[in-house]
Amino acid sequence: MNARTKFSVIGKPRRRVDARSKVTGLTRFADDLVLPRMLHAKLLRSPHPHARIDSIDTSRAERHPGVHLVLTGKDFPVSFGIMPVSQDEYPLAPERVRYVGDPLAAVIAKDEQTAAEAVELIEVKYAPLLTIATPEEALAHPEARIHEYGENGNIHRNQAYEFGDVDEALAESDHVFEDLFFFQGNTHLPIEQHASLAAVDGEGKLTLWSSTQVPHYIHRALARALQMPAAHIRVIACPNGGGFGGKCDLHNHEIVVSRAAIRLGRPVKICLTREEVFYMHRGRHPVLMKFRTGVNKDGKITGMHLQTLLDGGGYGSYGPASTFYTGVLQPVTYELPRYKFEACRVFTNKPACGPKRGHGTPQPRFGQEVQLDKIAERLRIDPAVLRLNMVAKPNSLTANWLRIGTIGLAECIREVVRISGWNEKHRKLPEGRGVGIACSAYMSGAGLPIYWNKMPHSGVQLLLDRSGQVTVFCGATEIGQGSDDVLAAIVAEVLGIDAYDVRCMTGDTGLTPIDLGSYSSRVTVMMGNAAIQAAENLREMLAEAAAEHLEVLPDRIVLAQGRAFLADDPGRGIDFRAAVELAETKHGTLGSVGSYTPPRPPARYKGGGVGPSPAYSYTACVVEVEVDPSTGWITVPKVWIAHDIGRSINPVSVRGQVEGSVYMGLGEALMEEQVFRRLPPKLSNALVHRIPSLLEYKSLTSLDMPEVETVLIEDPDPNCPFGAKEVGQGPLLPVMPAVANAVWDAIGVRIDEVPITPDKVLEALEKKAKGENPRVGPEHFPAVPYPEPIFVAPPWEGGDGNAQKPPRRAKEAVTS
Amino acid sequence: MNAVVSVQRNVRMTLRVNGEDFDALFAPYKTLLEVLREDLDLTGTKHGCELGECGACAVLLDGEPVLACLVLAVECEGRSIETVEGLARGSELHPLQSAFADLGGTQCGYCTPGILMTAKALLDREPDPGRERIREAISGNLCRCTGYQQIYESIEEGARRMREQSQ
Ligand code: FES
Ligand code: FES
Repeated sequence: MNARTKFSVIGKPRRRVDARSKVTGLTRFADDLVLPRMLHAKLLRSPHPHARIDSIDTSRAERHPGVHLVLTGKDFPVSFGIMPVSQDEYPLAPERVRYVGDPLAAVIAKDEQTAAEAVELIEVKYAPLLTIATPEEALAHPEARIHEYGENGNIHRNQAYEFGDVDEALAESDHVFEDLFFFQGNTHLPIEQHASLAAVDGEGKLTLWSSTQVPHYIHRALARALQMPAAHIRVIACPNGGGFGGKCDLHNHEIVVSRAAIRLGRPVKICLTREEVFYMHRGRHPVLMKFRTGVNKDGKITGMHLQTLLDGGGYGSYGPASTFYTGVLQPVTYELPRYKFEACRVFTNKPACGPKRGHGTPQPRFGQEVQLDKIAERLRIDPAVLRLNMVAKPNSLTANWLRIGTIGLAECIREVVRISGWNEKHRKLPEGRGVGIACSAYMSGAGLPIYWNKMPHSGVQLLLDRSGQVTVFCGATEIGQGSDDVLAAIVAEVLGIDAYDVRCMTGDTGLTPIDLGSYSSRVTVMMGNAAIQAAENLREMLAEAAAEHLEVLPDRIVLAQGRAFLADDPGRGIDFRAAVELAETKHGTLGSVGSYTPPRPPARYKGGGVGPSPAYSYTACVVEVEVDPSTGWITVPKVWIAHDIGRSINPVSVRGQVEGSVYMGLGEALMEEQVFRRLPPKLSNALVHRIPSLLEYKSLTSLDMPEVETVLIEDPDPNCPFGAKEVGQGPLLPVMPAVANAVWDAIGVRIDEVPITPDKVLEALEKKAKGENPRVGPEHFPAVPYPEPIFVAPPWEGGDGNAQKPPRRAKEAVTS
Repeated sequence: MNAVVSVQRNVRMTLRVNGEDFDALFAPYKTLLEVLREDLDLTGTKHGCELGECGACAVLLDGEPVLACLVLAVECEGRSIETVEGLARGSELHPLQSAFADLGGTQCGYCTPGILMTAKALLDREPDPGRERIREAISGNLCRCTGYQQIYESIEEGARRMREQSQ
């Protein structure tokens, strides 16, 4: 099937299957749901960043007219967390609050207004503890310890890997570049505020409708949090009004409304305010980075040593994975003979960070791509050529044992160079204007689930019946990216019908086979492969039945255009519905299933499970900027981007994902930041969000958004359904460094951190005017007590993918 | 802190939404957004902030786009309110709707009703606006998914289809 080149649905620009319901306002998001006798919940959140809870008095709230129930920590004895290794949260904090916004009580009342009034009546006595505001403070103060688990003190995760002797490689290089970068945290900001509705049905079983990207993980975690059998819980992921990674955790409010609905026997709904969404966060980790990169005269990298320090916030969340992701995907983009990475995540008294579009990889990608620009500058090599000369090789293994399949990066670089007029612009535009280039790679789905098991990552079930209707069931979740459309398109292609004739039932743990969820850009590849398998099974049954009827062999039957007919005699055939009737007569009730499990990764060392993917997508991007030297204001007139998609399922959606990524990347590059400030001491000195509103958290409006020219490189990947790789996250990654590099080209200053705001530009210009190093960025990297690295020899140095004893190091090569 | 005693008397009034009269009984502090969604079951209008910052709640009041989260429902008596539910004629989509559906103007769809209504107000006044006018008109509507480009194209195509229809 993958070898086919002629398609009737795949690759055709189409109206996506859920578009009609979206433009009519009929799509039912979680907060649109209403059930009879429904009650409303509100949470009481901590005003302190770090405090012991000495007492909670809920009596006045309970007496408030219209209040049905008040819940506190004692109603939730079991901790939870999305990953098995981070069970460090409570639905309502029982003893300790760890960030401003940490929920500790809930009121369920007849309406939102009443619940909000009663929340104000809850009296809490807090004993404030030392606030840990920054990673530096976390390292300096093992006490007050924010959690009683983790590596030690306030270090949550600490790890080190070395693939080949990097110090030796650097010592033998013509040049060693050492650079520090900082990537500020930012948040997802889906326009839909998180909402959840829980109800208990006639059998006493619980249903939770929620804005979630990961109903299966929520289902598992909720069963544990509520200490209920999973079989008695059904989680329905409503279409998400945007997710971007912000709806991947099990959230406190989801457990609270569930418990309340069980207690009261009535439906309970909650919708967070925008301010609460900012405080719940789970977004991009602020990451401080240090790169030491060895380069030869020809610009080829000999080795890289990357150190990262992640500001994790108050809880674990996906942090263990995020920590890995600040390192593991670095070797996928360019040839990298030796690589060492050390990563440390600390707890601080701020909202927990987690996965946001690109999960952990935009930060080191920013650092590497800006450093490459500096390298190109020093070696007098064109930055596009420098990159082109060291694109990773297809069908190869990386230093850290990731298997790469197809790579369209060289094509992407050539295309953006061509369409942007790079060669006429770079170093040639007048002062104040410049262009920058950057590249990236991203995985099409994580190779391992977040809890250890060997079962499929995606399951698809198909039902057909004599009316000719086709219903496809899959746990995948529509978050705006178009997963329902991909599912319908694939089934339609295989069965030879129209995508709009396929009914999608998705994201419902009570009905649909398990799919791990909409994260890590996994849906198209994993769900898609499972869908092909399920549809192929049914196609065979239909072809057999049709063949029998037409008195030919089944392999002569083609299913296309709503018919089953002879490949060599298209006039002889029957319509799809007749074929289904015949098949139902022949085989009985028609159904099939398909499953997908990613290939086993070649790495055998501990931790080698993070990073493998069935396929990697590649992107190259050129950004043009205009910088006003008097204000520091950066305008972006145009962005050119080429993405290695493998094959587009629906080019309209693919382009939308690319442009949406550019939009979000420009926001991260220029303005978005999730930052915190201290309230004045006479108030409480608490560490609060600086700007928890859509107006003050700056993001691009239509007036700021430049024109984007998108090129799709189609080189079908054999591991992917019809060859289609991911597109939801990869195209975001090169945007931030391309902006930084363009600023250098425009005005000759280096801003080694994002966001690149006007104040930083002005500061750098001032330095430049004074003859100082025209750079703004982090000045030092704290002493992080990284552990001894796990040493693994790269494939080309005779390794077998296992950890081994490190080679004896030449003393002089060891630098501090 | 004293208990806030909620003895607000509900008000009863007739609201004219999408040409249909609704007899509604609601608390006087409720915004038009809340009354549309909670009292009239018109959940097509969305909200992303309830503070006038995102544009998701845009509806038309006497043909002008307003943010329903900033308007009290009591101010709307006797005025014409248009929401996304009023765009299609029966099952036939408004040209703007069909253009958004065809050209990728909607991804998650959450900002879509507000943008459709804002665009409709623009096109009702200016049947053939340029790209710049479109960018200005929707600059108060945040979309986190699309990067706006396919939204502009959808509005331009919607305008074209509307002009075609009115010929
Ligand atoms: S909800 Fe009205 S502007 Fe955001
Ligand atoms: S389509 Fe998702 S916010 Fe606009």
